[in-house]
Amino acid sequence: MKIKWKKWQGDYGLFLLATILIVSGWEWVVKKGLIPAFILPSPSEIVASLIENRQLLLENHLPATLQEVLIGFGISLAGGLLIGIGMHFSRALEKVLYPFLVISQTIPMIAISPIFIMWFGYSIWSKIAVTILIAIFPIVVSTYDGLKAGGKEYRELLLTMGANRWTIFNKIQLPMALPSILSGLKMSVVYCVVGATIGEWLGASVGLGYFSRRMSGNLQADAVFAAIFLLSFMGIVLFLLISLIEKQLLKNINRN
Amino acid sequence: MKEEIGLSSTKMLSIENLTYAFEEKRPIFQKISMNVNEGEFVSVIGASGSGKSTLFKLITGLLEPDKGEIKINGENVGNRLGRVGYMPQQNLLLPWRTVLDNVALPLEIMKENSQKKIPEIREWLTRFGLADVEKAYPDELSGGMRQRVAFLRTIMTGKKLLLLDEPFGALDSLTKRNMHSWLLGLWGELQKTVLFITHDLEEAILLSDRIYLLGRESLKEIHVSLPRPRNPEIIYQSEFVTMRRELERLIQNEN
Repeated sequence: MKIKWKKWQGDYGLFLLATILIVSGWEWVVKKGLIPAFILPSPSEIVASLIENRQLLLENHLPATLQEVLIGFGISLAGGLLIGIGMHFSRALEKVLYPFLVISQTIPMIAISPIFIMWFGYSIWSKIAVTILIAIFPIVVSTYDGLKAGGKEYRELLLTMGANRWTIFNKIQLPMALPSILSGLKMSVVYCVVGATIGEWLGASVGLGYFSRRMSGNLQADAVFAAIFLLSFMGIVLFLLISLIEKQLLKNINRN
Repeated sequence: MKEEIGLSSTKMLSIENLTYAFEEKRPIFQKISMNVNEGEFVSVIGASGSGKSTLFKLITGLLEPDKGEIKINGENVGNRLGRVGYMPQQNLLLPWRTVLDNVALPLEIMKENSQKKIPEIREWLTRFGLADVEKAYPDELSGGMRQRVAFLRTIMTGKKLLLLDEPFGALDSLTKRNMHSWLLGLWGELQKTVLFITHDLEEAILLSDRIYLLGRESLKEIHVSLPRPRNPEIIYQSEFVTMRRELERLIQNEN
């Protein structure tokens, strides 16, 4: 127990200390009146706003955003893996899709999002579309690169045993690509929160992004910060969840 | 054609007039011929860059010869992949698989029911001195043990002809010595045919029935007439030392 605490302290102690210092400094600066509260609310005001709006935030807006994130991530995961694996197996598919994927990342999301609103209306699907457009890219790239990296020597060894492409993929390349794929997933899940928020900013009737936009229109900076805090918290929790899955899956693969 | 009779003269591998080049102007092999009979232990020695590993890739079917023929068991099949057991230089054990699962890999690939074969695999593991570590992962084993697992995996391909590419090259000399006496003790009951790459002359003489010396432009054949079963101690006998000196002289002339 004591050792665990020591380790925890070593890992997170400095971060925690810095956080406490920054938050106290922030509180002090605002309370002193050096910065007006409508520009930068104090931490205590943000917490108060969180508590005040808790029912609305936790029962309406948070679940709505979370739903967009989860559906968007699910589709990105399935689609990203499929495209990544497809590009691995088919040179032609790779040649066709890779440039499009890169182009898709150079499009300013804010600029294309109104088009999604035109296509999908104010339904949940316009937000999911933005989410997928952002979140699928890291999954495709990490899957494709991970599969490509899977050891030439191993491939040759299995070929001499009479293995076909599918067996090589299954027994060697996929397990060896897992670390890369999981790194991609960790990035992707954080992007999903960003994507859903952008989608909501452009047109929505519910969700944390929508809430923060409405509150910023009302100059209620404390409420905006409360929503941002929840969005960031959501991203952290999702990231940690994938890290946990990663730890389990890679227990044996990362030997050596 | 003369019909060859008797087990000992059955050609497990025969290579005729093999020519191969990565770049057209500088061929690695020019019309080389060699053969390996059933039950023989044959070594290929040569300086680094002489194309030993390339020769193995040609035999396994990973590469195709520019000219010439490679016959395995008397047949010249189009696709040689999956016809011989190949043990690469690095052990290439899968780090996420236990010893047992690593050894069972060739069976899985040949779509054999590896579950049914587990008693047989266990028997082999015992014979290889690996019974206690069947549940261990490769990173928990010593270098010598890892090589033994990789060698056993090669045997589990069930192929009669095994190509071993410097299997003991990465081991320290003490472990290597142990592997030699272990392999010499096991050789009689293995009933395999081995083509063995090495650049260690002592190792080549100690283990082989014949040695091919792969030079810049030619392939020389040397018979090793030491009786079997052999003991690693024979390296101190005068016959062995003479042979070694002779071999060294041949290599000197080659370069």
